[in-house]
Formats: sequence, structure tokens, C-alpha cells
Amino acid sequence: MLALLLVLVLVGAWELYADLGAIDDFILPAPSQIATALWDDRSLLWSNLLVTAQEVGLGILLALVLGFLLAVALHFSGVLRRGVYPLLVASQAVPIVIIAPLLVVWFGFGIVPKLAIIALVCFFPVVVTTLDALRSVDPDQLKLMRTLDASRWQAFRWAEAPAALPAALSGAKIAVAVAVIGAVFAEYAGSSEGLGHLMLQAIPQLETARAYAAVVLLAAFAVLLFSALALAERRLVPWTHRPEGPNR
Amino acid sequence: MDSPSVATANVEAPVQEPRNVNGGAEGEVHLAGVTRSFGAVRALEGVDLDVRAGERVAVVGPSGCGKTTLLELVCGLQQPDAGTVSSSPAVLMPQRDGLLPWLRAIDNAALAARLAGASRDEARARAHPLFAAFGLEGFERARPHELSGGMRQRVAFLRTLLSGKPVLCLDEPFGALDALTRHEMQEWLAQALAREPRTVLFVTHDVEEAARVADRVLVMSPRPGRITAELAVPPSRTPDELLSVRERALEALRSC
Repeated sequence: MLALLLVLVLVGAWELYADLGAIDDFILPAPSQIATALWDDRSLLWSNLLVTAQEVGLGILLALVLGFLLAVALHFSGVLRRGVYPLLVASQAVPIVIIAPLLVVWFGFGIVPKLAIIALVCFFPVVVTTLDALRSVDPDQLKLMRTLDASRWQAFRWAEAPAALPAALSGAKIAVAVAVIGAVFAEYAGSSEGLGHLMLQAIPQLETARAYAAVVLLAAFAVLLFSALALAERRLVPWTHRPEGPNR
Repeated sequence: MDSPSVATANVEAPVQEPRNVNGGAEGEVHLAGVTRSFGAVRALEGVDLDVRAGERVAVVGPSGCGKTTLLELVCGLQQPDAGTVSSSPAVLMPQRDGLLPWLRAIDNAALAARLAGASRDEARARAHPLFAAFGLEGFERARPHELSGGMRQRVAFLRTLLSGKPVLCLDEPFGALDALTRHEMQEWLAQALAREPRTVLFVTHDVEEAARVADRVLVMSPRPGRITAELAVPPSRTPDELLSVRERALEALRSC
């Protein structure tokens, strides 16, 4: 409710600023122009949104799976942790614009290079949050597992993995915003469809309002995806949403 | 509802062979000259301890006197630097209940069976009769965060019992409970153990609790932990006798 009010105030201020004519339309379109573009270009925007949404959704899923597996591998192997962790950090410093063309050369204009880029920008928060959670499992619980004769694998299966699952999902939530940006960059680097591709075409055609309409859709999609992950969290890890206990 | 209520229940007899290092019969614990240090800190020094099968021994002492270390040695979670530890298979009930938040109460209680390869239904079927017997009926499907502190301790104790091991090591089992619940849980534990006899080694900083639950109370000195006094609790446990044990334990604690 408060968020909606805030948006209304900001949009109102933006409309006034744009209408007073300080800046050209093709630099900053007014919200009313963007709304018109949203309506007029709706079928074009929708078909491109579907493309980008698929890239982002699958990319995040890929990042979640890979990130979780990598975190588990790093957790089990100190050698790997010392050797690979710094490289992971370094990988995040590589600007996407540098490697995106290479991926396009390797994998073509299809969905694969997009997934690779989105997974690359997204898996890092998943790895970091998951690994931290795996390493901070309650030592009492691990002692308990040992005293009940659990194997190393059983201790992981029963105590560590469930403890790390909420963290992996938090990591994915953090990753949502960068995933959308990653998708746009990936489409900039080489694509024939998608909202990033649409923006790339709209701006030189001075259809700035259409590019902004695409941004509005991307932002809305990010919010939707974030909510979906929050919902998945409630389903998958119900114990973290604790209603206040009756008498604790 | 935290009222003590215990009925008869059949817990399966211990399934494992004793992990006896130096002989020692089923359900016995023997420590001889045990010393354990962590870096420069000497946690335990020259501890001798013999627990008979079925006996309940309480170890009281100030915080940080190596009580938890003692239990972890008996459970095989640590090795002594000097001396010998030989014990029948022992299971630890950690200080904070150690319940797994993602498992329902009954699955927490049945954890040992699951780890031993039983299916979920088998394990639940084995744990189920004990829920009613131990005042937990109707809470089978609750998650730990939905249970009160006393209930959580009951589930944790049930999990310990269902491990089938002859020696139970309880680390401050009621340390986190309020005074009233604590009192109820002491009664509950005494009744539970009357129904399901086990060798019990438990540590506490509360001498009254020790006198109420144990057959024998050992007093430990602050670091390095040594056993400085040993007090037998008369089986009749009249209020006067309990008071006397308590006074003597406090005296021993003050003079060490």
C-alpha cells in the first residue's frame, strides 16, 4: 500500500518534470507517453517479454542448482574452498560486456548464451549464502548426528542440507534483480528477440517511450519473480516462517 | 500442558553391541585418570569415574568446569589426552535440545531409526506409542518451534531413549527452562527413567536437580575439572534427605 503511494508520488513528479519541457522526449519520456507505448505496442512487448522471462526464469533455476551444488562441493573440500573461492570472487568482477560476445560466438544467438550469462551473474549470491549456512550449522546438531552413529553423508542429508536450503533461496532472491540486468546485457550482445533486443532497437529509432515501457515490464517481472521465490520459500522451508510459539 | 505423566511403554532393547574398549559390562561406564586439555586450558585432570549399569549419576559443578567435555568423552565425541575411557554405547542429549527444525516432533524422536535405515513409517510406528506414554500425545506432527520448552525437552529425551543405547548422557537437560517447568520436568524424567531404566550420566549446575534425579552426585571443581566429592542419595528421597544432600553438595562446591 505504502509502496503504491510512493510510486504514485514519484510518477506524478516525473510527469510534471517531463511536461515542463526541460528535457527532450527522446531522452526522458513522460509516464503518460510510456503508458501509451505500453498499450500501443502491447503485442510486441508481450511476445518479447515471454522470451526474456523464459531466459531469466531458467537462468535463475540453473544458478540455484549449480550454486547449491558448488557450495556443497566447497563445503566438503577444504582444498577446493581455498583454491576455487577466490576465483569465484574474481569471476564476479569480469564485466559481462567483455565475455558476452565470446559466449555468442560459442553458443550462437539462441537461449544458451543468455542462460550462461544469467547463471554467471546469479550463482554467486547463491554460493555465498549457501556455503555460509552450511558452515554455520548448529554444532550441537552435528554432535547429535555423530552420537546417533550418522555417517558423514547422513549428517549432510539430515542436518546440513535442510539448514542450507533457506539460505540458497535467499541467495536466489538477491539474484533476481541482477538476473534481469544480465538478461538485457546478454540480449544486447547478440539476439533476435527479447526485451533487451527491443530496447536496443527502440533507442536509435528514437522510440524511447517503447524502451521505457520495456523497462517497466522488466521491473514488474522482477517483482513477480521475487514474490514467486518468497512463495516457494514458504512451501519448501515452512519451519523458517515461525508463527510465535504458544509459550516459549 | 506440561504436567508430568508417564505410563508404561516398551522401548526396544539396545540393538548395538557395546563399544567396550577395556571390557566392562553392558551399560557400564569407566573412566580412569582422564585428562583433557584444549590448548593451554586444562579442562579435566585425573578424573576417575565408575558408573554401574542402570545407575543414575549427576555431575554438578560451576560453569566451565569441563562437565560437557566429560560427557563428550563418554560418548566418543572426543578422545582423552591421557587416561582411559571405556563405555557401553552412549548417546548424547545436547545442552540445547538439538531438535532439527525441519522435522516434525515424531520424526525428531524417531531420528535414530531413520539413520539406521528404517523407513519413515516404520520409524514413526516405533516412536508413536511413546508419545502417549510420555505426555506428548497430539504433538506428533508439531514442528519444534511450535512446542514449549518443556515439550521440546521431552521430544529430545525421547529421541535419546529411542537410540536404543544403554547409556544416556544428558547435558544440562533442563538448563533453558523456567523454574516451574524445570521442576515438573525433573519429576517427569525420574518417572520416565523408572519405566525405562538406563544408565544415566547427566550434568547440571543445579544441586537440587542432581539430588532429585540421581542416585549419586559427583561434585566437580572449577578448571581444571576434578571430582572433589561424591554423595550418595538415599533411595527414599525424603525432603530432609534431599536437603542434606543439597547442603553437602553446596559445601563441597564452596570448598573447591
